[in-house]
Amino acid sequence: MSATVVTAKDLGRDYEVGGGLFSEAGIVRAVAGTSFAIEAGKTLAVVGESGCGKSTLARLVTLIEEPTSGTLEIDGRSATKADWPSLRTDVQIVFQDPYGSLNLRKRVGAILEEPLKINRPKMNAKERRAAAKEMMRLVGLREEHYDRYPHMFSGGQRQRIAVARALMLEPKLLVLDEPVSALDLSIQSQILNLLNDLQERLDLAYLFISHDLSVVRHVADDIMVMYLGRPVEVGPKDEVFAAPRHPYTKALLSATPSAEPSSRRERIKLVGELPSPMNVPPGCPFAPRCWKAQDKCRAERPVLEGAPHPAACFFPEA
Amino acid sequence: MSLLTIRNLSVEFTTGSGRFRAVDSVDVDVRAGEILAIVGESGSGKSVSMLATMGLLPWTATVTADEMSFDGRDLRAMSGPERRRLVGADLSMIFQEPMSSLNPCFTVGFQIKEALRKHTDLDRKQRHARCIELFEMVGIPSPEKRLSAFPHQLSGGMNQRVMIAMAISCRPRLLIADEPTTALDVTIQAQILDLLTGLQKETGMGLILITHDMGVVAETAERVAVQYAGQKVEDQPVADLFATPHHPYTAALLAALPERATEKRLPTIPGVVPGQHDRPEGCLFSPRCKFADETCRIVPPPVQPRPLGLARCHYPLEVPEGVVPAKVEGASA
Amino acid sequence: MADASSQIASTVPTRRPGRLREFWTYFKENRGAVMGLYVFVAFVCLALFADLIAPYDPSTQFRTAILQPPVWQDGGTWGFPLGTDALGRDMLSRLIHGARFSFFVGIVVVVVAATGGIFLGLVAGFAPKWLDTLIMRLMDIVLAFPSLLLALVLVAVLGPTLLNAMIAIALVLQPHYVRLTRASVLNERTKDYVIASRVAGAGPLRQMFLTVLPNCLAPIIVQAALSFSTAILDAAALGFLGMGAQPPTPEWGTMLADAREFVLRAWWVVTFPGLAILVTVLAINLMGDGLRDALDPKLKRS
Repeated sequence: MSATVVTAKDLGRDYEVGGGLFSEAGIVRAVAGTSFAIEAGKTLAVVGESGCGKSTLARLVTLIEEPTSGTLEIDGRSATKADWPSLRTDVQIVFQDPYGSLNLRKRVGAILEEPLKINRPKMNAKERRAAAKEMMRLVGLREEHYDRYPHMFSGGQRQRIAVARALMLEPKLLVLDEPVSALDLSIQSQILNLLNDLQERLDLAYLFISHDLSVVRHVADDIMVMYLGRPVEVGPKDEVFAAPRHPYTKALLSATPSAEPSSRRERIKLVGELPSPMNVPPGCPFAPRCWKAQDKCRAERPVLEGAPHPAACFFPEA
Repeated sequence: MSLLTIRNLSVEFTTGSGRFRAVDSVDVDVRAGEILAIVGESGSGKSVSMLATMGLLPWTATVTADEMSFDGRDLRAMSGPERRRLVGADLSMIFQEPMSSLNPCFTVGFQIKEALRKHTDLDRKQRHARCIELFEMVGIPSPEKRLSAFPHQLSGGMNQRVMIAMAISCRPRLLIADEPTTALDVTIQAQILDLLTGLQKETGMGLILITHDMGVVAETAERVAVQYAGQKVEDQPVADLFATPHHPYTAALLAALPERATEKRLPTIPGVVPGQHDRPEGCLFSPRCKFADETCRIVPPPVQPRPLGLARCHYPLEVPEGVVPAKVEGASA
Repeated sequence: MADASSQIASTVPTRRPGRLREFWTYFKENRGAVMGLYVFVAFVCLALFADLIAPYDPSTQFRTAILQPPVWQDGGTWGFPLGTDALGRDMLSRLIHGARFSFFVGIVVVVVAATGGIFLGLVAGFAPKWLDTLIMRLMDIVLAFPSLLLALVLVAVLGPTLLNAMIAIALVLQPHYVRLTRASVLNERTKDYVIASRVAGAGPLRQMFLTVLPNCLAPIIVQAALSFSTAILDAAALGFLGMGAQPPTPEWGTMLADAREFVLRAWWVVTFPGLAILVTVLAINLMGDGLRDALDPKLKRS
């Protein structure tokens, strides 16, 4: 039985927007009512379109921002702002854009050693160097890359550096915020394999954020589909892909183009677009685009419940 | 009858660190009413070759071609104003970033009317009517109201619809869509792809779809050209390409798709696309190809005949019976 | 589990030109900038070796040769190639030594203004909103004054010496650095690599100076080059108004001021210091433009 690495209960984050001298600030619920738990060695994938709150969720879990409601537990300890320094080493993040996430003015070695310098003050320079080189080997970089600057590397290799930096502190949870979306197809598979190997080897828990369902299908153990800041369906990967219960999940699966020309099929056509998070409709947030919506959907918000896996819908598919 | 014919197109850029060949002897043929997809990774020169066709490259680029004609008219011999009249009217293009391709200072209505004013002789009222008609065609709800909206007031999907409306405003014969859905969400992507293929069927125009997404290709294109490091390495009808790729690069690319994976470890293509400073001598894919031998590393590969998908390879895969692969003179096989 | 490392990319672009090389390729495309650079280097050499190059001491007075014209005019001699001023001092020697003062003024002003400005800008960029507002409004107030007037007032308060003039000019130039630094800090702060260093546990000081600052330097360097010339110009102006270096210091502005009454009788006493200022300032500005072209990634063509 693996240990649970992270538990989120009813996590939420509001932002105040606007609110100049003369106007009142509006409130945007970027994330609301999100609960999940990830065990060591498992991957939870968060799927959704832009604006669904998945990146905000990543920032909450990575202790970059404080949740405005709900609780977060990492490695069995509650993560309030006062505990952040002691939990820093447990959670690390890999960003989408390998060009923006590395400091271009630093050598690869310095980038990898920075987390150690800050968090392991007792380590001397020689030990740090050894640790950095060991990590480079682990992620498939060569030793002579130690003295190079990031701009000398291709996107895929930069992403390897980013992964190496995230692993320097031996975290238990790695938040992967669209780690392969900015990479070319031939490089994408290299990085996915690397992440897979590292997970098996270091027993890491992954929070994998992505909009690409074909990637998610490959890496995830569990899936959480988000819409407008709230999870609308949560379940084991195979179940969700085989029998989606929420209409939005179904539409998302149907909209994802498949690389089999023979399987061209009729897509579910969603009308309209994501409503502005500034004024979320009162009932089910998906109701304005849903083909099954009824009066009840427009008035009341469905809760996440049901079997075999929970979905937030009054009229689930299965 | 071929609508756009390009033979042996090369584009070179002069950069701070020497010359860089972004497109290397590429042939393109599009017939009227055909959907051609050009697939490739970043740096494969897929956008550059189309920008060269449109005459939209900066002055640092040197474009050479043996033939470059649109509907029988030689694009290279045209004067500047003549070419500008053609581009935008008969030959039109939409880009990846709908937000930055529209001028944020003007309303979308104004920008479309401007395009109509330049290329047609409609009067003010007719232009307005045509705008509304176009907005309805591309599925923008309440067009009257949206005409006076600024780009930042519309979503990415809506802006892309506006761009499409603008691109088809003069009833082009050929529409080039450069990664039209990459910046959009999947549900919106599905809408835009449906719109593009629908419009293509309705108007009978040719459509060139530049993309890196194999899924998009499989679902929309009729014929696919695969580009790698500036060269076209394969050209086949879509179903054949996905079933029997002849070039090792295409085969490896398809195998690397997560949705085609049979086990947890994905097949990978080692290495990276060659850049300006590490271009191989022979076949450009040879450093990453698992079939490559000495010949591949030294001798540039021939272009195989049509039954072998015009593959640019010494040893094409899946050779059907009765087809003899082309050989380069003097290459030891 | 050697699999991960077995997939090392085999082709690493190693022959890519270094950053300095690339900088130089872009810089040398701008011919004006290269010429500016040469003039600037010549100017630096003059300033450094003034004692060796100048034929005379700048304050030696040759009573026998008062207001002697330059060598190519009637009455000129090779003894004083650019003539002498009203007190019989050699113009050429004074101009060469003047370069030293101008260079000194430029360096001190830029260093003081840039250090203070960068520090305030970094603080403003990272500080809570109230402190940010406080700093920026203060800078706006400084900017609201005509710069030379403010410098004049400051010098009047502090007393007219070259040092005080430099302090005054530095204070006047500082807001530009503050705004520039703050703007690039705000821009950089949202980037992923800064967030990554926060996730690694970097404190605010480490983030400010080690993470963000090195990435903001390009526009600051350009600004420094351009304000170098502003500083020289302002120092000359203050000198001309009698509020900067005091006679007999061979500072170009002061020399101009001293020569005012001889404008009609002896053109060379005003023309040469004026030309010296013009050429130096022009050269530095040209060089600054080239620097911007080479350092600003937005202007780079690939």
